[in-house]
Amino acid sequence: MQSLTNRAKPVDRRPMTFAEKLYLPAIAKGMGITLKHLFKKKATVNYPEETRPFSPVFRGLHILNRDEMGRERCTACGLCAVACPAEAITMEAAERLPGEEHLYREEKYAARYEINMLRCIFCGFCEEACPKQAVYMSETFAPANYQRKGFIYGKEDMLIPHPQKQIKENNQ
Amino acid sequence: MEFTIDWYFIIEKLLLISAVLGISLVVAMYSTWGERKVAAWIQDRRGPNRAGPFGLLQPLADGGKLFFKEEIIPSSANRFLFIMGPSLAMFTACLTSAVIPWGDTLTIAGREVSLQIADINIGVLWIMMVVGMGVYGIMIGGWASNNKFSLLAACRGASQVISYELPMGLALIALFMISGSLSLKDIVEQQREGVWFVLLQPIGFLIFLICSFAETNRTPFDLPEAENELNGGYHLEYSSMKLGFYLFAEYINMFISSVLMATLYFGGYAFPFMDKLGIDGNWLTVLGIGALFLKTLFFIFFFMWVRWTIPRFRYDQLMKLGWKVLIPLALLNMLITGAWILFRENGFNF
Amino acid sequence: MGIDMIIFTVLSAIAIASALGVILSKNPVNSVLCMITCFVAIAGHYIMLNAQFLFVVHLIVYTGAIMVLFLFVLMMMNLNADIEPQKRNWLKYAGAISGGALLLVLVAALRDASLPAIQGGGNTEIGLVQNLGKTLFTSYVVPFELSSVLFLSAMIGAVVIGKK
Repeated sequence: MQSLTNRAKPVDRRPMTFAEKLYLPAIAKGMGITLKHLFKKKATVNYPEETRPFSPVFRGLHILNRDEMGRERCTACGLCAVACPAEAITMEAAERLPGEEHLYREEKYAARYEINMLRCIFCGFCEEACPKQAVYMSETFAPANYQRKGFIYGKEDMLIPHPQKQIKENNQ
Repeated sequence: MEFTIDWYFIIEKLLLISAVLGISLVVAMYSTWGERKVAAWIQDRRGPNRAGPFGLLQPLADGGKLFFKEEIIPSSANRFLFIMGPSLAMFTACLTSAVIPWGDTLTIAGREVSLQIADINIGVLWIMMVVGMGVYGIMIGGWASNNKFSLLAACRGASQVISYELPMGLALIALFMISGSLSLKDIVEQQREGVWFVLLQPIGFLIFLICSFAETNRTPFDLPEAENELNGGYHLEYSSMKLGFYLFAEYINMFISSVLMATLYFGGYAFPFMDKLGIDGNWLTVLGIGALFLKTLFFIFFFMWVRWTIPRFRYDQLMKLGWKVLIPLALLNMLITGAWILFRENGFNF
Repeated sequence: MGIDMIIFTVLSAIAIASALGVILSKNPVNSVLCMITCFVAIAGHYIMLNAQFLFVVHLIVYTGAIMVLFLFVLMMMNLNADIEPQKRNWLKYAGAISGGALLLVLVAALRDASLPAIQGGGNTEIGLVQNLGKTLFTSYVVPFELSSVLFLSAMIGAVVIGKK
């Protein structure tokens, strides 16, 4: 069979020469390699102080977006759930009642919106499928949890804070 | 026969003994830190860096952990010997430092204070004796645990130490043939005037180096322990500070062998051009101590460097290396040294 | 009582107590450990006599090597009191009689012996390495060489048996 790369070396089964049987040159060579590693750049990231930089196209945890007036953008159309190859997204739609216009942008909204982060493969198809620009993927990953149900993220976990409420709270 | 008791002498020696003991303990303590750092660096990691600046408080944290761990003595173990094992290991580890010249003499208030606890004229033999006694800590601990794996590990350890004592002794004999003295102080003084003995005894040094790895149970000869493929070693049943004693004794042994190598083959507290610097007295002595510690630290680093480079031997390979390679080589080295001494004294007509 | 007298008494007490321990203890491993203690105490006596070389060689050879091998064998054999074969009575009597006879001879010999070394004081220099070496290689060279031939033959014997 033809090899894919030319890096494979046949095993040398000749009996060792006297110089090789001394093993000392081989040991010295090995010590040289470890010595070189002593001065190499360390691969470890000092985690809490510094974090590993993500690439600009990194797809992390989902967030549910609001519009500029602080209303939820999601209209519970279910396109993201359809697009999801891992079937991680479920939702329940509800109708907007009169007087709730400041909460929801469209007449229909998601009463319940859940993503199972253990199923999610972070492909970003939901983000692409969303016609209302409601789902985005952020630059963090899911933190560890003791239970499986802790990985099922609800609306309260993903919805970004209300911009005006936030300002009010900060002013108080 | 009455001895007049020289109180200054006794106080001086007591201070020196506590200083040497304290230094060996501190160096052993920080060797554990150094070991982890060197291991990490060689494997492209950072090593302990959370406890204090650069992780310098790590040994204290480790020691504290060992003290607070539960003390377990197996119900079928021989209690007295079980406790005696680690104590003996620690005791023998500390014994060697008595004959090592840590420096030249200091002059304090008109008194010449020698920085060597006991300048006996059998210094090197004393070391061989302590090495031989060191086996008991391992054997007694392994046997008293009443566990077959501990016992097997103890047997491995004891046979290894006994086997490697021989080439070590033979390598040292070649050294005595050159120095003509068994006193470590004399050996250092000769190297101060002449050349370092490593230049006269390269093969002897190599044998001594390999044997000290085996005697201190360090990789590539750490078969008594062999944690990943055989079992936990002779201290399998030990927990808490008694385990700590065994591990600590290993680090003290490593420190002492490093000092020994520096003293016997690398001039001890002597360094080149020492007597041409134009300083003398106490400052020169202090510089000499510094030189000795520098050499010692290098050898400690070397021990660690080797540990994280070379994989462990198989037991039959270990025995083969000891008996079939090192002992004949040491004998040959003795022969060559003898011939060289004869040639130097008589030329060709002997 | 001078310091050396006190040390001598303590060392002798340890030596005798541990020697008794060797024959009285039931556990063979304890016997071996008592014997090691005894050897160390006797080595202390060598130091008192200023025989440093003898002291250190005694410790290297006896405690460091021979007793380790003893311990080795005993630990592997796992001797217990209940699996020990019952000794015959006449064997005990024979042992006691021969031991007693040896003691008698020793006491008789010691009673008549004059002990010039002790009268000369413990401060001879003959025990130091240099003097001992010179004596061995001048006055006692024939016995020294003969014993080394004996050692060599023992070594060869060990190798031959090991090869089998």
